[in-house]
Amino acid sequence: MGLLDQRFENSNILITSADSLLNWARLSSIWPIQFGLACCAIEMMATGASHYDLDRFGTFFRSSPRQADAMIVAGTVTLKMASRIKVLYDQMPEPRYVISMGSCANCGGPYWEHGYHVLKGVDRVIPVDVYIPGCPPRPEALLEGLLKLKEKIRSESLAKKKSA
Amino acid sequence: MLTEFGRVFIFILIGVVFVAIGMAVAWFLRPNRPYPSKRTTYECGESPVGDSRMRFNIRFYVIALIFIVFDVEVVFLFPWALVYDSLGWFAFFEMVVFLAILLAGYAYVWRKGDLEWDKPAPRIPRYERGVGVREAPLTEEELAV
Repeated sequence: MGLLDQRFENSNILITSADSLLNWARLSSIWPIQFGLACCAIEMMATGASHYDLDRFGTFFRSSPRQADAMIVAGTVTLKMASRIKVLYDQMPEPRYVISMGSCANCGGPYWEHGYHVLKGVDRVIPVDVYIPGCPPRPEALLEGLLKLKEKIRSESLAKKKSA
Repeated sequence: MLTEFGRVFIFILIGVVFVAIGMAVAWFLRPNRPYPSKRTTYECGESPVGDSRMRFNIRFYVIALIFIVFDVEVVFLFPWALVYDSLGWFAFFEMVVFLAILLAGYAYVWRKGDLEWDKPAPRIPRYERGVGVREAPLTEEELAV
């Protein structure tokens, strides 16, 4: 818990104004940590390249989790990689977001039944914000997922979360 | 009136204040929920093992010294090569003497065998019928090392 984060019971006009500024700043430069696990990474690279140009959304791949806001889990999460992903996610500073890209990261994909070595969905080790279906998803789908994540960030608040 | 260094001072002041404001705002707004796993050293997702202050092999010492000597030589050579034309024969022979001294040192190092990177002797696996692969026992020479 920070000095202001999650300290307010109810939001008022000051907090909502601060929220919109803060969320705008956060969603305008989502820096994902750079790693690709399988063929989805090829689509992720294509998204980053000049044709689809991920940079125009303020998204810029970082090599260290300390500098990252988001994690794009692009590809098959093997059991061996799952523990590493958990560590990398832990090492990211908050607020942090996860995009699960492709069927493998969503639910195990084609390895669902017989993949003895594959984690059946990355959401079993880390919380996922946006799921992108596809095997692999096209770059447009990844961009759509990124925009969905921006929508989600836009609705965040400094006030305490109302428990349902 | 402001001196030239006064402007530098203002630049430094603005730089410090700019960073301080940024850090202060982040300190107010950021969530702060540390836990042991978050604080671990980043090593590409691997769990960090051992101390970061590890020891290097002493053999690197001589190599590093030799490297520095020749590094400095190159640093001296570059400005000399740039103005080589206008300096004339005196500068040329100065540089020849300089290189000759270093070359003598190089020959000395070579002669002393400091450029040899003595590797530990390989242990060749020996195959015996029925018992699988077994490492050859250490020779007396290896035991002496």
